[in-house]
Order: sequence, then structure tokens, then C-alpha cells
Amino acid sequence: MSRKYIPKVVTANALLEGDVIYLTADDRWTREHHEAELIEDEAHAQLRLLHAAAQKGTVVGAYLADAKPGANGPEPIHFREVFRTRGPSNYAHGKQVGEQPGPRHY
Amino acid sequence: MYSYNDFDEAFVRERVAQFTSQVERRIDGSLTEDEFKPLRLMNGLYLQLHAYMLRVAIPYGTLNPNQMRQLAHIAETWDKGYGHFTTRQNIQYNWPLLKDVPAMLSALADVGMHAIQTSGNTIRNVTSDHFAAAAADEIEDPRPYAELLRQWSTDHPEFQFLPRKFKIAVTGSPNDRAVVKAHDIGLRMIRRGDEVGFEVLVGGGLGRTPMIGQVVRDFLPKEDLLPYCEAIVSVYNLLGRRDNKYKARIKITVHENGLDEIKRQVEQRFAEIRPTFHGHDQDLLDDIRAAFAPPAFRNAETTAHDQFYAADPVYRSWADTNLTEHRNAQYSIVTISIKKHGETPGDATAHQMRVMADLAERYGHSELRISHEQNVILPHVHKSDLPAVHAALVQAGLGTANVGLISDIIACPGMDYCALATARSIPVAQEIATRFDELKLEHEVGPLKIKISGCINACGHHHVGHIGILGLDRAGVENYQITLGGDGTETAVIGERAGPGFAYDEIVLAIERLVHAYLEHRTEPTETFLQTYRRLGLAPFKAALYPAEGEKDAA
Repeated sequence: MSRKYIPKVVTANALLEGDVIYLTADDRWTREHHEAELIEDEAHAQLRLLHAAAQKGTVVGAYLADAKPGANGPEPIHFREVFRTRGPSNYAHGKQVGEQPGPRHY
Repeated sequence: MYSYNDFDEAFVRERVAQFTSQVERRIDGSLTEDEFKPLRLMNGLYLQLHAYMLRVAIPYGTLNPNQMRQLAHIAETWDKGYGHFTTRQNIQYNWPLLKDVPAMLSALADVGMHAIQTSGNTIRNVTSDHFAAAAADEIEDPRPYAELLRQWSTDHPEFQFLPRKFKIAVTGSPNDRAVVKAHDIGLRMIRRGDEVGFEVLVGGGLGRTPMIGQVVRDFLPKEDLLPYCEAIVSVYNLLGRRDNKYKARIKITVHENGLDEIKRQVEQRFAEIRPTFHGHDQDLLDDIRAAFAPPAFRNAETTAHDQFYAADPVYRSWADTNLTEHRNAQYSIVTISIKKHGETPGDATAHQMRVMADLAERYGHSELRISHEQNVILPHVHKSDLPAVHAALVQAGLGTANVGLISDIIACPGMDYCALATARSIPVAQEIATRFDELKLEHEVGPLKIKISGCINACGHHHVGHIGILGLDRAGVENYQITLGGDGTETAVIGERAGPGFAYDEIVLAIERLVHAYLEHRTEPTETFLQTYRRLGLAPFKAALYPAEGEKDAA
């Protein structure tokens, strides 16, 4: 019996900002993990990854990351992916404070 | 200090213009990421976990106040108001937008700085002793040689596509503060009779296969520096492996071919190319040397320092840990700790950068240094000015008295920023520092170097920490391995692995047990952690780290 496929989301970095982004079921790129399309079929995942990787003018380094269903949508599994949904642990910077890369206003 | 000549200026401006156009073409879609990536890496631009990261070279760790102010300006204008000083005397900006990077490079060029060759398989930023030209033990200022090497290696046409990255460090002192034995080429200035030259080491490096550099030439006349380095890199360029990234560094080339064979090939190549150096490099070196002429030291009373030292315990504590003997008895070398307890090692805010720049200008003969230990140094401060410098530092959150102590931790960015990391390092450093500050133990513990890397590539130098910590991913959970007895100085040693790793929430307690074991076993307070470790070996520390196993053995 084959092992159960671990669901995936397609994730990448945005070309212009470098920010972490996820592919949605309706072909948008979102900055929120829970809005991503949770892909439960391996063949479909490969197609979605190809679709993402072809968007060379928008995204960089698309890959499939393990995810699981949650109350508000997909949730990350590995701690690296959890950090990517939040930002660094040493400062309140990045997604955890609703902030994108780039300057703050001083 | 060296200032760009017309050639440097034109070269850096031309590179900024080229990269500006490359970024435009990437954004408008005419360049793919595969095409653009090598171009951005040549200019120090990485794509990390949450954003792009720009790594800026601070050659041999030397900055003037205007350069430091410009780093502050860049941090506020295009980043989030701070910069991260690294273990290779670079500064990294963690949040730039792609479109802003050309403007950042242009702002750097305005003060004679760049990000060229801070990535890629090239000769990287040439590093040096952060106490250069101030240290009492120094034979000669190593920075003119480092600057000569910078000019030679920058855009060197033969060395733009080496098998792997290549790091050179130079020291002018017998006490090695530049970790030269862990570099691809380490240059140690030595005396032989009346003559001064270099002992040349090759094949040192940390990473997944840590090795201490070996002597390839025991005495190199100074005037042979460039042709000899060129011979080494040239031999490596042909002999180094390109089939396996993990076996591509020169340390593996030396290991696989043997030191004698490397020596033979290097000497042969050197004999070929030496005659092609007609002395232009030495003329250039003379010009560079003139730029590094020592400052006009003041001659004045030093009583202010003595009085504060006697009267103020906070000042005394800072003076005891953060000052180093200067070659001029009226002066001190001030190490500004960028390791305030609980803060991120090596991070300075734009405001702090400006404070340090102002202090350097007012009290420090306009010089600043960045150390590989992620601190900032004012190399020349007259002792009468030390109380004023200390007071200003305290106000800016820069007065921490912990240099060389347990909370003066080297930590790489780890998985808080780095795409290669397998675990976090910054919060581990923050928690260890906070814990020992709470215990009020660190001054009693004395000199102890903890170095933390968030992956096997060892940017945090964990192998040469007295206590080294390596963060790994073990089955989807952060796990921290401890090495003990490492040493990054002239008596360099790779630390020994203590045993199984610890979970994220166990690592601080494990370090605490180690330190208590040291306090218990040291013969007297002057015996340092490293000395105790060398006397007793791993056993008592292992017993402290893994108490349950000791019980099992006894049962």
C-alpha cells in the first residue's frame, strides 16, 4: 500500500519585494498561508507547481511545502514554513505585524 | 585610511550602472531568474527567507565616520532602520526591495563602499585584525596588504568563477584576532631576524568539514605577496573540484592532493608568474601605506580615566572588559559591545551607528572597526576621553560591559533570516545572554566564547567556540549540538562534539550545567574555561551535560 500523500501548498518569494507568497486555488498569489490552495493530489500538485514556476516575472523559487488542513485554511507543518508565515523571532517585523519588506517610515 | 582613487571610483560607479540596468531588465521580464541570479550574487544580493538581503563589504573591517553614517542612512531609507554586522566584517541589510538595491549601491559608492564579491565563487571580502595599527603586540599594520589584496582580487579576470568561494584573512600580530587559521589563505606577519614577512597558511575553513590551515610557505617576503597568492588561487582554480559542491573548497583540494603536492604546484606556478610582476604592485602598496599613516596622537594627562576607574564601579566594570591595551600608553582600544543582553548579536540601529560615528569623529581619530566577533571598535581613544565615551555609549544602549564574556556571543542570522539555515541561532544567543545576566555570573565565569551557527556551514564559527552550538533539523524539530574546546586564535583547534543534541527548550539549561561544571572544576578563578577543558578533557563536561547517562552507567 502506498503511503498517504501529505498535502501541499505552492509557495515562493515575490520577485519585487522578496516577500513569502502562496498560490491560491483561483490563481492569485496571496501573502497569507491560510488562503493558499491545499493540494491533496500529487499529480495536481506537480501541475500547480509548473503553473507557478512559469510565472517568471512575478515569483522566484516556487516549491511545494507540506501543509495540513486547519480551521481557517491550510496550516504549515515544518517549523521553517511556520517561520515563513510569521517573520523573524527577534523583531516584530514582517508578516506577524502585517508588514512587508522594504523601508519603514521614519 | 584608504580613499578610493579615480580607478576605484570609476570601477564601482560603472558596476552600479550595470547592475541598475540588470535590475531594470529583471523587473521588466527581459532577464529570467536563472540569468539574473549570478548577476545579483556578484553584487551581494541574496534572496533569503522573508526578503532580499544585501551584504555590503567592510574591507578589513575599517570604516570612517561618514561611511558609518551612510550605513545608518541606508538602513533608514531602504531598510527597517538597522543593520547586522557579520562574522566576516560585512554588514547585511535584511529587508531591501529589489527596485531599491541600485540606489543603495549608489549610496555606498558615494562613500567609497560596495557589495561586490560578497557572494559567489570569488575571492570574498579580505578580513583582518580589528585592532590593527593600535594593538600593542603588532609587528606591522596588516591593512595596507589587505587593501592591496582587495584591489588585486576585485574583478580579477582569472578568479571570477572559482570552484567555490575563497576567503583571505591577514594579521600583523602574533596574537591572532582574525581567525586566519580558518581561512582559505591565512597570512600571519612574522619576523625572521630583521626581516618581516608572512607565514602563509592554506586550506583552513569551518563548514561541514572543518580544518585548520596548514603552512604552505613558512616565510614569504612581503614583496612576493601578490604573486604568491595568485599562484595559490591559480593552482586551486585548476585543481579544485567542480563536480561536488561539498568537496570544492581549497581545504579539500589540499586534503586530497596532500600539502606537499600543493606546495610543489604553488611554487612552480609562483616561479612562472613572479617575473611578470615588475614592481607596479609595490608602488601601489607604497601609496596605500601612506593612506594608513598613524593618527597624530595627543599627549595629555590620563587622570580622568584613573579617577572614574577608582570611583565608578559601572565604569570600572566596562573598562575591565571592553578596553584593550594600546601601543600608545596614553590610549586605549575601545570595544563597543553590540551584544546587549537579550538583543540580537551584531545588530545596530541607525541611531546607534550615528552615535558611534560621532564618537569616532570626536574622540577616536575618525576611525571605526568591525570585528568578526560582531562588535564595533574605536581603535584610538585617549584615556582622558574614555569617561565621556562610556557615558555616551551607555545612553545609546551600547555600554554593555561583556566583551569576551559568556554573553558576547557570535551568532549567525540562522533561520530567522537565512534560507540555508536548519535552525534558529539568534533567540538561543538572546536567551543564553539573558539567563547569565539574571544569574549575575558572567564576570565570575570570566573569558568564555560561545559561538552559534544555525547550520552546518558554520557562519557562526561554532567549531572554534570554547562552547560551540550547532542548530540542526532533526526529524522536523530544532536540535542543538554542542562542541567543546574550540579555539579560533593562534592556537586554533576544532572543538570536540560533546554528544547527542538538545531540544530548543533544553539548550540554555545545558549551557548552564556546563558553566557550573567549569566553576566546580577550575583550580582557581584565573583558570579559564578553555584551560580547564584542556586540563580535564571532555569527561566532566559530558557528565554535566548528560547526567542521566551517568546514572545509567553507575547502575
